[in-house]
Amino acid sequence: MSKGRILIGKPGLDGHDRGARYVARLLRNTGYDVIYTGIRRSPEEIVEAAIRENVDAIGLSVLSGAHRVLFRRVIDELTERSAGNILVFGGGTIPEEDISYLKEIGVRAIFTPGTSAQAILSTVEELLRSKHRDTLAKEDRKEVMIR
Amino acid sequence: MTASRLQFGEEEWSKETLAGAVAQHPERARAFTTTSGLPVDRLYLPDDDLVEHYEEKLGFPGRFPFTRGVHPTMFRGRLWTMREYAGYSTAEESNQRYRYLLAEGSTGLSVAFDLPTQLGLDSDDPRSLGEVGKVGVAINTLADMEALFEGIPLDRVSTSMTINAPAVVLLAMYMAVGEKQGVEPSALRGTIQNDILKEYIARGTYIFPPRPSLRLIENTFEYCSRQMPHWNTISISGYHIREAGATAVQELAFTIADAVCYIETALRAGLLIDEFAPRLAFFFAVHSDFFEEIAKFRAARRLYARLMKERFGARSPESMMLRFHTQTSGVTLTAQQPENNVVRVALQAMAAVLGGTQSLHTNSKDEALCLPTEESVRLALRTQEILANETGVASTVDPLGGSFFVEHLTDTIEAEALALLGRIDAMGGMVPAIETGFVRRLIDESADRWSEQVERNERIVVGVNAHADDQPPRMQLFGVADDVRRREIDRLGLVKARRDSRTVERSLVSLRRSAEDDAANLLPPILEAVRAYATIGEICKILRDVFGEYREAVDL
Repeated sequence: MSKGRILIGKPGLDGHDRGARYVARLLRNTGYDVIYTGIRRSPEEIVEAAIRENVDAIGLSVLSGAHRVLFRRVIDELTERSAGNILVFGGGTIPEEDISYLKEIGVRAIFTPGTSAQAILSTVEELLRSKHRDTLAKEDRKEVMIR
Repeated sequence: MTASRLQFGEEEWSKETLAGAVAQHPERARAFTTTSGLPVDRLYLPDDDLVEHYEEKLGFPGRFPFTRGVHPTMFRGRLWTMREYAGYSTAEESNQRYRYLLAEGSTGLSVAFDLPTQLGLDSDDPRSLGEVGKVGVAINTLADMEALFEGIPLDRVSTSMTINAPAVVLLAMYMAVGEKQGVEPSALRGTIQNDILKEYIARGTYIFPPRPSLRLIENTFEYCSRQMPHWNTISISGYHIREAGATAVQELAFTIADAVCYIETALRAGLLIDEFAPRLAFFFAVHSDFFEEIAKFRAARRLYARLMKERFGARSPESMMLRFHTQTSGVTLTAQQPENNVVRVALQAMAAVLGGTQSLHTNSKDEALCLPTEESVRLALRTQEILANETGVASTVDPLGGSFFVEHLTDTIEAEALALLGRIDAMGGMVPAIETGFVRRLIDESADRWSEQVERNERIVVGVNAHADDQPPRMQLFGVADDVRRREIDRLGLVKARRDSRTVERSLVSLRRSAEDDAANLLPPILEAVRAYATIGEICKILRDVFGEYREAVDL
């Protein structure tokens, strides 16, 4: 059984995707359904694909220094399309001082250079588990309301 | 010494000395390999073949097959060019960095363009949002290029430009700046990267499909062979292929396979090999496995020289010389304990020099985190100056020539690269090899193998999976201001208001006509458009309309 559906996206103009491809294969090989967008996709294209593919989470990779702008646009687009339940995590050459900003706007985890595969896998697993719990809790609440 | 006597001696040593030593102190691993996975034996011994066939295999420096170097005196005559890749934000700010680097002893410039420029988009294009001035300098029109080289006489400096899909446009702008300074095209020295095939494989800044892209490259070969005799029309790059995960052998084989494709394209267009081949340059990575890297450079020179002579019938020695730029490896740098990167860079740089590089970029210690600060760039440059002046490595030609180990590795890398080249030839060359995903698959496999080895602690990366500490690195980081895009858009508006829009319009119409005619060379009409201050976005829009855009099949 699939552990969950994840879309790996490369927003913006950066073509360096060794990291994105590695993480995509890593997740796929450990039991996730993974969709990789390929390089140079707009935030709108990425969100569109995520909704169409009904994914649990989006993983973004940016190495060009444009992460603040691009992560934000993906998050905003998700909100606008009422798809805020799709989690966002990401990675790249992202300096410490930007990580708190990204967390503030709703990015759930940031993987910087040198992060081990183990750390990525356990973080993603935990994120999806907590999301699952939230969804169940919401459904419970819905049932209560219907009753 | 005869081989048989040596063999006897080795057997005797094995039995009498080695066996006991290994029994008492076992070796650290059962097998040793280079970082690319080539086997490394305990000991290498003299090879009779090398002495017997010395001239065929090694020869003399400055002579075929150039294994020992492309110049007879190598660094005894002139040191390699110390060239630091730089560029960020606006043209004015990058101009400051260039003047700083020249004042500090850099002997050549190397321009980094931002991603919108590399993709032929203006700063005000919606696709440029967030990217303007980030990984390089933003160039929209000739006005930016004039500001970039303000106060730098183009007849006295050589300039390398990392630009690929729209390389012709930036070359035309450079020529136009030269014109304004009163410098003839024939006096300009430098390089455009102009290597589109590795963009499809590893770097990602392609715009057009392969066929029209190859036409643009062929157009520059043709134009420059007549007008710009000192200009390197292409820098065929293994660097990005290696950084994407390829092994040293794959880096070499794919780079040469790309070269074969460019050469065949030019020959098909009717150029003569000795007209354009002397201006082909190469660009390799230098990683941390010291001897493997040195051997790779030596193997590259020999392999290429033989290929040019035997396969393409080159006559001129200049056509057979593999001249190359080297950059130390970005992927081997760590965000953890960044000071360690200074040491990595120094060792890699030494390997590049021992491998006989023509120019060198040393990375800065902070580059796993951000663009380098002025201070860290200076340290990177000083690393080269220490190598050149204090270590003695530049005092003799090919100091490691004749090392039993290095010669063995040189032979092995050459043989393995030739085997891979043979497979690519059998597929019909590099374009089919790229389109079928073959190249990408091999690189991905090598990248995964490396990551798994590090993950399992079979490869040690100091500060990451060994000797790590919990402290996050404390460093002064370099950042590009977020208002660059606004400033660029303001300037673009001014230029557009001042230029003669009818001349621009006319030049773009003429460019479209030439683009539609397969036989036309696109450099002259692009030069016209550039002189009229057409933007890079406007010029590339015409080419996009006529050529279409390439979209990669996504395959994990």
